[in-house]
Amino acid sequence: MASKRTTSVPVQYVQIDGLVVLKIIKHCQEEGAGGTDLVQGVLLGLVVDNRLEITNCFPFPRHNEEEDFDEVQYQMEMMRNLRHVNIDHLHVGWYQSTYFGSFINRALLDSQFNYQHSIEESVVLIYDPLRTTQGFLALRAYRLTADMMDFYREGDFTPDSIQAAGMSFESMFEEIPVVMKNSHLANSLLSELEEGMGTQQKFNFLDLATSSMLEKNLRQLMVCVDDVAMDSNRFLNYQRQYQKQQIQKTQYIQKRQQENAQRISRGEPPLPDEDINKIFKPLPTPARLDSLLLAGQIDSYCKQIGEFTSQSFGKLFMAESLQSGSKES
Amino acid sequence: MAGSLVCRVHPVVLFSIIDSFERRNEDAKRVIGTLLGSYEKGAVEVTNCFAVPHNESEDEVAADLEYARNMYELHKKVNASEVIVGWYSTGSEVSEHSVLIHEYYAREAKNPVHLTVDTSLKGSKMDIKGYVSAHIGVPGKTVGCMFTPIQVDITTYEPEKVGVDIVQQGKYNPKRTVNMLSDLTQVEKACSMLQDKLTLVLEYIDDVLAGKVPADNTTGRFLTDLVSNVPQIDAQEFDDMLNSNMKDLLMVVYLANLTRTQLALNEKLQYL
Repeated sequence: MASKRTTSVPVQYVQIDGLVVLKIIKHCQEEGAGGTDLVQGVLLGLVVDNRLEITNCFPFPRHNEEEDFDEVQYQMEMMRNLRHVNIDHLHVGWYQSTYFGSFINRALLDSQFNYQHSIEESVVLIYDPLRTTQGFLALRAYRLTADMMDFYREGDFTPDSIQAAGMSFESMFEEIPVVMKNSHLANSLLSELEEGMGTQQKFNFLDLATSSMLEKNLRQLMVCVDDVAMDSNRFLNYQRQYQKQQIQKTQYIQKRQQENAQRISRGEPPLPDEDINKIFKPLPTPARLDSLLLAGQIDSYCKQIGEFTSQSFGKLFMAESLQSGSKES
Repeated sequence: MAGSLVCRVHPVVLFSIIDSFERRNEDAKRVIGTLLGSYEKGAVEVTNCFAVPHNESEDEVAADLEYARNMYELHKKVNASEVIVGWYSTGSEVSEHSVLIHEYYAREAKNPVHLTVDTSLKGSKMDIKGYVSAHIGVPGKTVGCMFTPIQVDITTYEPEKVGVDIVQQGKYNPKRTVNMLSDLTQVEKACSMLQDKLTLVLEYIDDVLAGKVPADNTTGRFLTDLVSNVPQIDAQEFDDMLNSNMKDLLMVVYLANLTRTQLALNEKLQYL
């Protein structure tokens, strides 16, 4: 089912069918219970030229601890059945709902790595249900960069290897532009729907009350910063211990040399050189992957805040103009 | 049989139906499938569907019922509250074969709903009709069933509405594509929409004043509501409120940027 491509023509953009968007929205709405629970599903489609076309999707049931549930079986059956009705059954990625943009964590990295390992062009679609309720469709596609893939494959997360690979939190994920496309028949359906649903335009996103959104965002940011602080502390501790150990080692070597010199001067055989490493056990270098992830997460929060505030500014200026307009009239 | 049932359909169902129609086999003229949803008082809400492979010829029809059952089980694992509420078919007519299929579904659900979506666009409209079956005939002699039309409404969840709105924008684009917009552009668009509506209202008022259009009391009342909705706040107070709001936002932006700079520094320091 996975098509290994030897020529890596990178996927430039992702094209989604309107159907997939609606299905994802519906699934997250029904299962998400306000967006606090994570909801996941599989994307199906194919790769054409330089774009990844996503033509269908199906949801993953949530794990219930009581039931014994075989995920792989469910997926296999679903795909087999979909093949009968001529739906594309090629796995091209997966989607996940997120709570306020907090999706950069170890679990996502692992899953995406597994996917991208078997299917080179796979992407993960992140959908934010809360922001969509406010009026913007928050759907983004991400992929691990090639650098990140190689780096993760090594499995070696020490500071030296990070430095050697030149990884920084910005070069972990890359965002791919998303485009929505509909068939002609779907367009005629849309015209029908427009008549049927009426023009109940939602102006929710013109709402001036920005504080609750900001507050939640900031709270997430604070939690993340706390994590980074803890992680940095651990790293500093490690460094301090390492320094101490180095000093101890040099002292030991010096003492040894002095002793040896004394012994030679006394005519005795020098003491054998013992393996330093056995006396001073080398400290394990801590894995720095988590800190990279946290940094990436903080970065995305900050970007989100930036976007949100720019939009709030727009709304405030609009309100100001309305008010001054009514003053003059 | 209860009085007229109302059938509420979600847009995702309609899109699915069209999609399965587009993917039908070469020789099939129409597609059928199962509708999933829930029952409420006097109404049926259809929230999901899946296609069922079937073969149809002049005198017989065969549908893969095992498949239908399997798919239903799989779907139930995801959402246990969805039950079979009926079935759909594309095409504008209800044929005799439909009766057979309807009977099968009557075994799975009580009072199943039959939905037809006219994909052949007869009469340049895509008709979406719903039916339930009613017994007709003389008891004891020939009995049969008749498909009685019921009302079909389209409902959405809130976020679905947003989704449909966005997808709608691709209608008039020759490439039929919609790009994802940044937040600021969306606010801009909302603003221009508002402006358009205001111009419309102003035009109407001008026409009424010039006597071209007769004045309407209800519209007049709406207009007074509209105008009085703009809060009458002292200019100074409003300025203060505006400024303090802006200061809050600026502070947050400043902090966010500071954090990002800090992160970048942190990265560099690690390498020392």
